Amino acid sequence: MRRSLFGRTWPNVVALVLFVFFVFPVYWMVTTAFKPDLDIISTTPVFIPFHGTMGHFDKAVHAAGFWTLVRNSFTVTICSVVLSLLVAMAAAFAVARMRFRGRKAFILIVMMAQMAPWEVMTISVYMIVRDQDMLNSLVPLTLFYMMMVLPFTIWTLRGFIAAVPKELEESALIDGCTRLQAFWRIVLPLLAPGLMATSLFGFITAWNEFPLVLILNKESAQTLPLWLTQFQTNFGDDWGATMAASSLFTVPVVVVFLFLQRRAVGGLTAGAVKG
Amino acid sequence: MAAQYRGTPTRAPDQQSAVAAPTAGAPVAVGTAPAPGRPRASRGSALAGRTTPYLLILPALVATAVLLGYPLVRNVIISFQTLNAFQLIQHTTQWTGFGNYKEQLTSAEFWHTTERSIFFTLANVALIMVGGTLIGLLLNRLGKRMRLTLSIGLVLAWAMPYVAATTVYQWLFDTRYGVVNWGLDKLGWHSMAGYNWLGSQFSTFAVITLMIVWQSLPFVALNFYAGLTTVSAEIFEAARMDGAGAWRTFSSVLFPMLRPFFLSTTFLEIIWVFKAFTQVYALNAGGPAGLTETLPVYAFVEGVGNQHYGTGAAISVLTILILLALMSYYFRIILKQEDEL
Repeated sequence: MRRSLFGRTWPNVVALVLFVFFVFPVYWMVTTAFKPDLDIISTTPVFIPFHGTMGHFDKAVHAAGFWTLVRNSFTVTICSVVLSLLVAMAAAFAVARMRFRGRKAFILIVMMAQMAPWEVMTISVYMIVRDQDMLNSLVPLTLFYMMMVLPFTIWTLRGFIAAVPKELEESALIDGCTRLQAFWRIVLPLLAPGLMATSLFGFITAWNEFPLVLILNKESAQTLPLWLTQFQTNFGDDWGATMAASSLFTVPVVVVFLFLQRRAVGGLTAGAVKG
Repeated sequence: MAAQYRGTPTRAPDQQSAVAAPTAGAPVAVGTAPAPGRPRASRGSALAGRTTPYLLILPALVATAVLLGYPLVRNVIISFQTLNAFQLIQHTTQWTGFGNYKEQLTSAEFWHTTERSIFFTLANVALIMVGGTLIGLLLNRLGKRMRLTLSIGLVLAWAMPYVAATTVYQWLFDTRYGVVNWGLDKLGWHSMAGYNWLGSQFSTFAVITLMIVWQSLPFVALNFYAGLTTVSAEIFEAARMDGAGAWRTFSSVLFPMLRPFFLSTTFLEIIWVFKAFTQVYALNAGGPAGLTETLPVYAFVEGVGNQHYGTGAAISVLTILILLALMSYYFRIILKQEDEL
């Protein structure tokens, strides 16, 4: 069907406007981070920065304790994701490959746990951690982050494991492998892409978590999201440095995300349509 | 669910496997001879075979019980206590029965906050679902290059961490040097020059809503678009031949086909917006004067900020109950689907 000139143009115009709407905040963050102060607090905003400076990044990186918090963030994130992968792999294998009583109940628990309202559970988590005398420690943070990403990890891995043809495993068993060997040598290598995708999503969740660390940890035991909100409070109107800090915090996530986006999208819909 | 990817759809695994299967399985599967008959999976004793699955799910169950179940129970226990700074330091337990609940259920502030939270959630979810659907339809209509451009924009907004997005929005809406005020002034809205967005309830909510919608649209739009691509062109063709207009095609053909998608997405967004803590708290800490406190922020401010932990716990239990009520329809569907798991 041929469309009129107007009919062909307007979708592109609208798409362009939407593109600007979605990208502008990100663009503004990055460009502000590079702009000299005079361009930031000018009465007419400078939309295209011709004079770049690294000064704001310098300031952000040298803010007190920055590197400690970077280390904290990476430690907590990586440990929680690895832990949840280990725990989830076992459970996902059982759910995907075995029939046992209580399997459905277990799946329902996982689905409900997925929706756990962590944001309103901070008070009781605080009391529990305080009872154990573990405030300002990275251990409880790691454990709770592990739990936050666990249901999702089980759920996705279950799908990936189910996708590995059962016959492969069975022929390995016939060839004399034990069940563990069959898993280790046959299923695990095939799971690699799935493990990668799943763990990166866990990474994003743990990296961004804010409410729990806000209540549990102070000062040198904090993570980057807290640093970012406080950076803003401490440096007040220094928008250049604040935006540099935001950019530094965002970059790892965006890199991971661009890498993953296809899988995420394919994920939801295929099943949704099928149902 | 603190996940940025906004949680897992309830039916994720099957499609995940659909994505993964060809790449993962194919090359090996071709070369392997088909197994003759079904081998006995377990070579150990029958008992070992029966206990294996339970051993495998044990760590996950223990973790869930200790790290999720116990905090939930503890939350309820604390809500029956008077637990202020004094009791906290003295390590004393002082029971108050339903005192905290009575106090909340008879306080105007609690009901105002509840009302505010529900309206806030409904408004955001409506904007997100309608906007996301429209953008999804637009993506389907665009040429290849423009579609890629818009998708990149969507993914960038989607990927922005909440805390970073919040600081950026504070900067965009800054009173003196914010680019938004400058733009409105230039467009002839001169009273907006130097406008303090975070100074009033309505304008603060406007900024929060814009931010949340901005963050959520990509998820809905891209997923809806991906769903659209699975609907075959013949169906649209047939609808057009039958004389259906754009709206009719959507409401009578597309919507029923993609109903499961709309259902699960809407409810995911309800959970997500209702418990949005980071954005509301980091933007203005529920201010001005607590007028933009939603239930999760209210629980935090009362409990942790004012050190009335018992009260905060009671608010959070009530919040969870309200969320469950909002989600009850969805849970019923999940339970019905249980047979297909």
